[in-house]
Amino acid sequence: MHRVEVCLKEQLPDARGQGLVRDIHDLGMNTVSDVCVRDVYWLDAELNPDELKLICRSLLANPVTQHYRLGPEAKTEPGIYSVEVAYNAGVADPVEETAMKAVLDLGVDSVRAIKTAKRYLISGQLGKDQLETICNRLLVNPIIQHVVAEEPVVFPENPRYSFKLEHIDLLTVDQSQRCQIAQQFGFSTDELQAITGYFKNLGRNPTDVELETLAQTWSEHCVHKTFKSKIYFNGTVIDNLLRSTIVKATEELDKPWCLSVFEDNAGVIDFDGQWAVCFKVETHNHPSAIEPYGGASTGIGGVVRDIMGTGLSAKPIANTDVFCFGPPDLPYDRLPPAVLHPRRILKGVRAGVADYGNRLGIPTLNGAILFDERYTANPLVYCGTVGLMPKKLALPGKQKPGDLVVLAGGRTGRDGIHGVTFASEQLTGESTELSCTSVQIGNPIVEKKLIDTLLQARERGLFVRITDCGGGGLSSAVGEMAAETGVRVYLDRVPLKYAGLSYAEIWISESQERMVLAAPAEHADELLALFDSEGVEATIIGEFTGDKRLKLFYKDDQVCDLEMDFLHHGRPRLEMAAVWPKPQHLEPDFKPPDIIQSLLKVLGSWNVCSKEWVIRQYDHEVQGGSVLKPLVGKENDGPGDAAIIRPVLDSTRGLVIASGINPKYGDIDPYWMAASAIDEVLRQIIAVGGDLERVALLDNFSWGNASRPEGLGALVRACQACYDMATVYGTPFISGKDSLNNEFEFEGNIISIPHTLLISAIGVTEDVARAISMDFKQSGGLIYLIGSTQKELGGSEYYRSLGFTGSRVPVVEPHQAKELMDNLSRATSRKLVRACHDLSEGGLGVALAEMAFAGGLGARVYLDRVPLAEPIDRDDFILFSESNSRFLAEVAPEHRDEFEIIMSKTAFAQIGEVTSSDMLDIYGQKGDRILSVATSQLKEAWQKPLDW
Amino acid sequence: MTHIKTLVLRAPGTNCDEETAFAFQQAGAVTSLVHISQLIGRKSRLDDYQILVIPGGFTYGDDLGAGLVLANEIRLKLGRDIEDFIASGRLIMGICNGFQVLVKTGILPGPMTNLPGLTLTSNDSGRFECRWVHLGANQKSRCVFTRGIERLYLPVAHGEGKLVADAEVLARLDAALHYTDEQGNRQAGYPHNPNGSAADIAGICDATGRIFALMPHPERHIQPCQHPGWTRGQSGNGDGRKIFENAVEWIKSL
Repeated sequence: MHRVEVCLKEQLPDARGQGLVRDIHDLGMNTVSDVCVRDVYWLDAELNPDELKLICRSLLANPVTQHYRLGPEAKTEPGIYSVEVAYNAGVADPVEETAMKAVLDLGVDSVRAIKTAKRYLISGQLGKDQLETICNRLLVNPIIQHVVAEEPVVFPENPRYSFKLEHIDLLTVDQSQRCQIAQQFGFSTDELQAITGYFKNLGRNPTDVELETLAQTWSEHCVHKTFKSKIYFNGTVIDNLLRSTIVKATEELDKPWCLSVFEDNAGVIDFDGQWAVCFKVETHNHPSAIEPYGGASTGIGGVVRDIMGTGLSAKPIANTDVFCFGPPDLPYDRLPPAVLHPRRILKGVRAGVADYGNRLGIPTLNGAILFDERYTANPLVYCGTVGLMPKKLALPGKQKPGDLVVLAGGRTGRDGIHGVTFASEQLTGESTELSCTSVQIGNPIVEKKLIDTLLQARERGLFVRITDCGGGGLSSAVGEMAAETGVRVYLDRVPLKYAGLSYAEIWISESQERMVLAAPAEHADELLALFDSEGVEATIIGEFTGDKRLKLFYKDDQVCDLEMDFLHHGRPRLEMAAVWPKPQHLEPDFKPPDIIQSLLKVLGSWNVCSKEWVIRQYDHEVQGGSVLKPLVGKENDGPGDAAIIRPVLDSTRGLVIASGINPKYGDIDPYWMAASAIDEVLRQIIAVGGDLERVALLDNFSWGNASRPEGLGALVRACQACYDMATVYGTPFISGKDSLNNEFEFEGNIISIPHTLLISAIGVTEDVARAISMDFKQSGGLIYLIGSTQKELGGSEYYRSLGFTGSRVPVVEPHQAKELMDNLSRATSRKLVRACHDLSEGGLGVALAEMAFAGGLGARVYLDRVPLAEPIDRDDFILFSESNSRFLAEVAPEHRDEFEIIMSKTAFAQIGEVTSSDMLDIYGQKGDRILSVATSQLKEAWQKPLDW
Repeated sequence: MTHIKTLVLRAPGTNCDEETAFAFQQAGAVTSLVHISQLIGRKSRLDDYQILVIPGGFTYGDDLGAGLVLANEIRLKLGRDIEDFIASGRLIMGICNGFQVLVKTGILPGPMTNLPGLTLTSNDSGRFECRWVHLGANQKSRCVFTRGIERLYLPVAHGEGKLVADAEVLARLDAALHYTDEQGNRQAGYPHNPNGSAADIAGICDATGRIFALMPHPERHIQPCQHPGWTRGQSGNGDGRKIFENAVEWIKSL
């Protein structure tokens, strides 16, 4: 065993250490003056000095920047505390595989294993408790890591597995034991009864893996049973909520360019007749709460595999990320026990998504971050991916009996076992201890190799069907793929990370970076050779049959024999009650506070403030297609609305990608929350010069609890809005996902997240030259406000900044909104608009400020010209109302007439002009100047909160 | 006319291969995406090409240091082929991760047998950052890729782009590209120099001028609408295009 410690040469700044010093100061410990971070490598080998030196000098320590030393930890000087942190046994060290390869390349073949660790040298006056706090809050996540004590890192031997077929007794057990079984596998009473009946007919008990398969296949995560249930709501019966609202809208709209909706791993639309694009957004909430970095990175890994598993495989071309966290400045005494602080979750999630997405070479182009204390224990992590594929390969394929089941990609370990049932359950303080195996660290390079190889295999037509191994592992992937045919799988053939897995663990493992393909036998050799040439492991693990049965084997023993019909159609439907009592909120009564201070406060609120710190750490330029970037304007730091990319580099056709989310309106009415999210996402598309001709929507519901009648009633309201809006706007839904249990229990209290609906949109634009950015372009430009303003401040950022909720939630009149948007896109297509921004959080005040400082220009605006749908007697209400379907547009004076003719049937007015003064001047309804502030001051307030 | 053949090298984790190939195609070259295993396994021959480009990405996850494991592999398994390729007067280009690879093999600043005394390490910010930077081309450089270029505006996207070198290596380095401010001035500080690179160096070439590498991504700015200011009327014709055209023209002129 060798231990190598690598440190930076003295003259070089230790950026990792400096970052930690800032984090420690944020914990209130200002006595820490310095932190050094050292990389530690443990080599399981007996090497001679020359070999060791070769490895250290060639691989572990850079001769220009680093020193290394061998042997155990050196004692530290007084006043310097040393903490060494290593991965727990069983956690795959992400660096090990590459390090082993590189050592072999050097010609050293006697190293058996390599583990990495980090050593932190903390200088300063610290007590034992403080050091422990630093470890717990910043350095160690006990789910995956531990502090190395005196003894060296161990390389554990995994025990061998000896086969024993396990049965679960269902036929002779009593009621209390049945309850126990139901709880263990996550079945409802009805479900377990159906299963018992099935096996009673067969005259035998189920095996453990049969019950596991049913548990995975029937889980909320896989089958969306709430959405498919029979719901009793306000005296009516809703037979399948999804089919009667969201899917119904798509069916009624019947757009010929919708190629594949709600049937595959992602929704697919026609791009240009030759190419198709697909889009999927996933939630990865619970794992991210427990281990933010690993949870978020596997979230992005999973949604990318959805895209690779859509149709006959698509190339991932863009990512979107939307996060909801607790406030980063949450006092520690408000943090529930065993919950990570929002700041740490934010940093971990950001790093996980960026490291994984950047390594895959997929640009992260669009997203949002929202904050609310109720997300503290249940953060939401939405990861979306857009894919591109030839249109003729857009539909899921079909295998025939005799085709082979090929498993490709990473090896299978105990990762994520029961992740699906974990995802569908409530979190508690104990979850962190119970869920160790539900979180893993992804390996993006394995996934990148999979993408590279699959696209080549697709071009050569070597497989006929593909799906990803996600939640539920092989059980869900193979079980769904073979639903119409039947399949035999030999579980002992699945390549394992380490010995000791039982057949059931192999079947339900959720190890990342795996795909399942159906390949005709005649292509198998070529397919396996192709995978081999790219360094990707691929194995034939079974074959499809025609008997419509799921048969699993471990060596010579059959361990599962289930009818596909029972597996996929045997689940008894849920019947649920839903109510929606309108929450009673009052409109606040208050005197208008100082308007400049109000604007600065709203600009600097967590929800509105600049997210540049996050965005910059994503690669948004890779693949070369970005046309409208997430940061726009004179200094590339203004908040763009939607993103535009050109997925085909020699074409001018573009894709517009946007996200709409407004959980704070849901506190007042989930119907208007959903309607507002749809209006918002479409506003963003219109604002960048797009149109509603070919726009598809995705829904992602994250609910506190949908099994209680009030939660379910809220869900019904939101779904009804989705139908009502989509049918009028003409924008079909093509895919969706839900995570319906986001509650946290501690000390008898249940904290529920706000009901949160994310609407994502993808649109096709014929010519990217139509694109418009939101920054003001030139002084003298005429500023138009399009759409009418109402006294709708319920759930607004302004009210929130004052501690109010309010009751007048913004509503949407979709017919008017559609006409307005169509008119505006007619104007933008004629290039009459040189800057456009939608009005969302913070209303007119925030939109004006953003357009001004992004363009490096000033503006003069008159509130008495703002089109009102009702009398509003307060300037602050006009400035901060969040009425939907409104835009600001800058129009050159020479285009005034043409613009006004096109917009003539719409509520609009010229409310001011762009100036070269660097000041934002706003005149109130009485004609007096109510606000005059330097745009630099506004920008600073907006940039400061998240300028980490 | 004979085709100018460019080999775009792929390895596990390469991710800018397609747009780099596209940029060379736009410049008139014929491109092949070739996996490192094909070169090592002798299924493809470096000798069949006139230009070798190592594109951006995170080869082998950048584990143990950006580009290091691929550099190790190239040095130990393809070293002779690379030496022959260089000796026969052809061109090598490294972009971002390709720059890190070329430095860590010792191909840059070259010759390969010497210890480089030069590396690319973590940005001073400690972060991966994606932003657009202004570049000035060193008019005294021997670099064939930057001929006729004065200024460039290109994106960077990296976490380990800070050039660090021993003093005497730095003194004789052919720094072909420098980070500058909008007016073209060096020593403009962060974020103009996005990583804290010594002497604001963004790209270097070897003593022959035929091996060139840079941290910014010229392949991401070969068309007007890739410019972040194009909606403000600031676009040109794609600043990075000229680099690829120079390479192809130089081979043609042989």
